[in-house]
Amino acid sequence: MTKIATRDAYGRALAQLGGENQDIVVLDADLAKSTKTIDFAKVYPERFFDMGIAEQNLIGVSAGLAAAGKIPFASTFAMFATGRAFEQIRNSVAYPKLNVKIAATHAGISVGEDGASHQTVEDIALMRAIPNMTVVVPADGIETEAVIRWAASYSGPVYIRLGRLAVPVLYDENYRFEWGKAVTLCSGKDVTFIAAGLMVAMAMEAAELLSAEGIEAEVLNIHTIKPIDAEAICASVQRTGAVVTAEEHSIIGGLGSAVAEVLAEHYPAPLERVGLKDTFGESGKPNELFEKYGLTKEALVAAAKKAVGRKK
Amino acid sequence: MEQALQQRLEQTARQLRRHIISMTHGASSGHPGGSLSATDIVTALFFHEMRVDPQNPRWPSRDRFILSKGHAAPVLYAALAEKGFFPVEELPNLRRTGHFLQGHPDMKKVPGVDMSTGSLGQGISAAVGMALALELDKSDARVWAVLGDGELQEGQVWEAAMAAAHYKLDRLTAFVDLNKLQIDGPVEKVMSCLPVKEKFEAFGWNVLEIDGHSFEQIIDAIEQAKATKGRPTCIVAHTVKGKGVSFMENQVGWHGSAPNAEQAQQALKELQ
Ligand SMILES: Cc1ncc(C[n+]2csc(CCOP(=O)(O)OP(=O)(O)O)c2C)c(N)n1
Ligand SMILES: [Mg+2]
Repeated sequence: MTKIATRDAYGRALAQLGGENQDIVVLDADLAKSTKTIDFAKVYPERFFDMGIAEQNLIGVSAGLAAAGKIPFASTFAMFATGRAFEQIRNSVAYPKLNVKIAATHAGISVGEDGASHQTVEDIALMRAIPNMTVVVPADGIETEAVIRWAASYSGPVYIRLGRLAVPVLYDENYRFEWGKAVTLCSGKDVTFIAAGLMVAMAMEAAELLSAEGIEAEVLNIHTIKPIDAEAICASVQRTGAVVTAEEHSIIGGLGSAVAEVLAEHYPAPLERVGLKDTFGESGKPNELFEKYGLTKEALVAAAKKAVGRKK
Repeated sequence: MEQALQQRLEQTARQLRRHIISMTHGASSGHPGGSLSATDIVTALFFHEMRVDPQNPRWPSRDRFILSKGHAAPVLYAALAEKGFFPVEELPNLRRTGHFLQGHPDMKKVPGVDMSTGSLGQGISAAVGMALALELDKSDARVWAVLGDGELQEGQVWEAAMAAAHYKLDRLTAFVDLNKLQIDGPVEKVMSCLPVKEKFEAFGWNVLEIDGHSFEQIIDAIEQAKATKGRPTCIVAHTVKGKGVSFMENQVGWHGSAPNAEQAQQALKELQ
């Protein structure tokens, strides 16, 4: 299976978009080689601004550029974008609804060896709580390119969560991204996987394992975590009656929480949340960390069985 | 400096100061001290220097004004109203539920406000971003920002200062309203920001030091800033917090408390 990191797709998309839209500017905070904004910088150096290791100013300057009509893509590691510069995102970008795209890479524990200081598992929770903010977590390289293209055309703040690790390609070139609309990747009648980011591919694998045991799982890719597609979630759960969320993020405040909110309000059903269980990550190889922190297809299978077993 | 201009600006500044008193009194809250210290700077910018069009507040070629010390919103609102961006009759609605004059500047709600501010340290970064954008557009518009001296304690100010010099943003000018006071007391006691001039110079800025209540010196500094190429200018303006109202001058207590009816009356009398 072909694998590509969403950050690589991001760099490629930026470099392409840069030629189509002169208003696009790109900012980074001394991580251009890692976030892949360097792909844009190489082609359009006059529209690339390195702000140095100063994330608060990175976001503030992006706000000013947007206020003067530019379409800034601001990139750094997700940890520092949403952590260090949280309040700048909240007050300088989201409150005035400025057209800033925060495309942050190296989210989650798949960062690997750098360890917990660099592995944000709280960013979705932080960004989701801010009014005016859209939160998107692409599942593969193709979806990433489509999301970046969409973000450039949408007017308003967007947080795009990208990863360091190469992940399986799920879509083909015909894929069309629809903001706020979940994608049903496979249908089933027994349990619904609601996944985002690299957990989507894992949920697909888990669905295969389950089908061998006679359990039919449906897989929803919720690329847009805010605004969340409550309609699609409820429609699926009405059929299956049980839900497992899957995210490379804390189960507190992220996708699991967002789905729990939807279900509690509209269609209560057994829910199991797979994600980081109120813990930081640590250094290690991504796959070893996935094992250790329970982000595996086996963990998803177990969670699905548990959810199914809880049906009345 | 021409006497007629001097007189006109002094008169306008007095009018803005009267608005500041009435507005904060009417709202029973707000920040008179830092609004009054910045009044002469704001007056010189809006009523002498800046190219803006009240009929077209989002005109792309306008000069930008960013009140990085956003709590001084009353002086900005007073200037915008007198300039004709919205009716002067709106001023008494400062800080009232359902009205557009928010406690701190809101660019989405108030015509003429170029950046939402209020969280100290953030406005100056936005000013840098605007200057970069105008640079890309090869516009001749300028960007003017006003910071507080206490605000200089924010690390973000220095991130922005570094970036402004690095990108040679000579269209950007930042006034520092050096009124020597913040909330918890004198800046020198709370957390010294001195020497301001040498700090900005070390960050690569052209720095001028003036009396922030002398129109002659303010306008002269503005001209020097405009003539400076290749680096941004910082105008360190020595000011008096509460300027123009005897009992408010240099009093830390008037940072964020509004005058009662009697105090407002007294202040307005002094500002005749
Ligand atoms: C980030 C942030 N921290 C704290 C405050 C609360 N605050 C409002 S005004 C102020 C003091 C500002 O002092 P200074 O910059 O000297 O302003 P001035 O004296 O001109 O009023 C503080 C701490 C704030 N608005 N923003
Ligand atoms: Mg002060």
